[in-house]
Amino acid sequence: MSDLSTRERIHPGTAPGEDIHLEILGEGDFATAEMKLSIGPAHPATHGVFRIVLEMDGERILGARPVIGYMHRGFEKLAEHRDYRQIKALVNRHDWLSGFSNEMGVALAVERMMELEVPERAQWIRMLLAEWNRILNHLMFTGSFALELGAITPMFYAFREREDIQHLLESATGGRLHFTYNQVGGLKIDLPKGFLRESARLSQVTRTRLRDYKDLVLGNDIFQARTKGVGPLPPEVALSFGVSGPTLQATGVPEDPRVTEPYLRYGDIDVPVPVGENGDSFDRFYCLLHRVEASLDIIDQIHDHIPPGPVNTKLPKMVKAPEGATYVRTENPLGQLGYWLESDGGRTPWRLKMRTPSFSNVQAIPYLLDGVLVPDAIAVLGSVFFVVGDIDR
Amino acid sequence: MMDLVFSTAITFVGQATSITTFDSYALSVVVKIAFALGLFFVVPLIGGYLEHKVMGRMQARRGPVEAGPFGTLQLVADGIKFIQKEDVIPRAADKWVFAAAPGVALVPGMLIFLVLPIGPGVFALDLELGLFYALAISSVSVLGIMMGGWASANKFALLGGLRAGGQLIAYELPLILAAIAVAVQAGTLSLVGIVEAQATFTLPGTTINVWYLFPQFLGFAIFFLAAMAELSRPPFDMPIADSELVFGYMTEYTGIKFAMYLLTEYGGMIVMSALMVVLYLGGWQLLPGVPLPGCEGTGGLFDCDPMGTLLGVVITIGKIMALVFLMVWARVAYPRLREDQLQRFAWLALIPLALLNLALVGVAKVVF
Repeated sequence: MSDLSTRERIHPGTAPGEDIHLEILGEGDFATAEMKLSIGPAHPATHGVFRIVLEMDGERILGARPVIGYMHRGFEKLAEHRDYRQIKALVNRHDWLSGFSNEMGVALAVERMMELEVPERAQWIRMLLAEWNRILNHLMFTGSFALELGAITPMFYAFREREDIQHLLESATGGRLHFTYNQVGGLKIDLPKGFLRESARLSQVTRTRLRDYKDLVLGNDIFQARTKGVGPLPPEVALSFGVSGPTLQATGVPEDPRVTEPYLRYGDIDVPVPVGENGDSFDRFYCLLHRVEASLDIIDQIHDHIPPGPVNTKLPKMVKAPEGATYVRTENPLGQLGYWLESDGGRTPWRLKMRTPSFSNVQAIPYLLDGVLVPDAIAVLGSVFFVVGDIDR
Repeated sequence: MMDLVFSTAITFVGQATSITTFDSYALSVVVKIAFALGLFFVVPLIGGYLEHKVMGRMQARRGPVEAGPFGTLQLVADGIKFIQKEDVIPRAADKWVFAAAPGVALVPGMLIFLVLPIGPGVFALDLELGLFYALAISSVSVLGIMMGGWASANKFALLGGLRAGGQLIAYELPLILAAIAVAVQAGTLSLVGIVEAQATFTLPGTTINVWYLFPQFLGFAIFFLAAMAELSRPPFDMPIADSELVFGYMTEYTGIKFAMYLLTEYGGMIVMSALMVVLYLGGWQLLPGVPLPGCEGTGGLFDCDPMGTLLGVVITIGKIMALVFLMVWARVAYPRLREDQLQRFAWLALIPLALLNLALVGVAKVVF
């Protein structure tokens, strides 16, 4: 029964185009069949298990519908059964490219509820590592966006840089992706000896190498032809979808919590916020690349400011947030990350709601993909920066 | 009857003597075929190895190092791996067309090697219509690609196949127009004849010998770009476009059939580079006006002793590899164009320029 012809009868295969019925209209025009193309969940352009169903007429997209949830891991529910020490190991996994910034958000929320005074040095070190984490994240997207447009080299360059930075962060935290370095009230341990010197050197090196990306990608004629004017996002549409981060800044809105609602010590230093003009794919990438430079500027300023002193505070045996609720928003690499922490006074949160940037950003995708060509769809998908784990959580 | 066929066939064969021709007709045929096949299977491997290593160095990595000395046997290892893989044919595929498609794409690439001269006397055939033959045969490959895209019963493959069809037809035209300009200047379609004409071409009014690259630089640029598009090499690789179409028309292919498509691409790179060497870069001449040691004949390039022949082959392969290097460099440096930008580039830029080039060459030919 297992020979091929039998199986064919059970599942009759359709030859391509067999179900297309051509109908000749009055003027002699042809009506062509629309095609449904499911990109993902496993497709090279979606880097992760993101799926998008396209209605297409030839290569033109008539409608796009993102299908999310393939990577739902129930972090919000899990967090209700973990104490605050354990939660930080959970949250640095929903957006795996911004582990440090995520765990910092939770630490900030708990500290705010407990009204803890975090030592000065710990705050500066948090900023330093958060900016390095931002650079790590942005380099990854620099490489992957160029790769999606068919340029393979920036990916290798980005990973060369990332390797050096990860090595630096590993020396302090012991982790390369999931740092788990924050702690309610400060940091796990102090920086190792020579960290700041190495950090300063790496900042110089990265700044020099950034020129390669500008020449190779941003200044490339074909890159500009592929991205300029592709997928423009007007600022009011972006705001109505709750888009944030480089995708929002590309539309010309200089919104950045580090400036508009400073946390840690961002108020003491100068935070450059690059903005675009048209909100197209080129501007999104322009903002991404210039945010790396902005982060390097911030890192250089932090090196001058870091004071000596302790990096953590004495905590009770069991950390318990007092009854109440708070909302902390931070500028994560991909946009605004918000944690709504509600506590009933117990050792675990009663509710931890995550407002993740990727989730809000992908909501703009159907708007952006309406009426574009398939190759442009890739340029749009690659430039609305998202991490699939951050969408599904 | 057979005499008629032979005498007709022989009138198409040029006069240049080949080292693969022997007194026995049967022996000649065997040697010629073996020669073309040998070229087809060896030179693309050198090109592929070059690509691995050059890309590696340009991308801050090392390229293959494990298989063989300096990784030279990497492609051989890849070939063995491809042979071992399961040959999957999708259930909904049009089986015969699916199976035949890689062959239809591959065989034309092989046949061109019959006419490519890679050294003094080192060629299988010197056809009077060599250039015509090479260009005509090379455009058969597109059929194999469209067949593969259609027969796979896969939407990504279908889109890739259609893109390939549109792209290859669009870029055929500038390619041929640029080549015609060379034929006009040389006054012959024989590839050996074109090398000979270049060896004797001097700038008007002087005795300085130059290659056709100099008067026809525009044509060379057009031919180079069109050749890259014809081969679907990045930045013109929309038919494959891995981030959009998974792997285009090759999506459903596995094992040896997939390898055949890859070999078509690398063989094509060598063929197009070899054609450019013959048309624009003076064939096996080391520098313009410099005769090969141990050679006599026109421009000191023909009737060579074994040493001169070997030197000629080395020079040709070296030039081919230099052009392959340029193609790899473009692949490393550029993202890919969009399909409509590609078509616009062909119809609005390359084809008018190619026509202009042809007109200029025609006028110059009459005036000088």
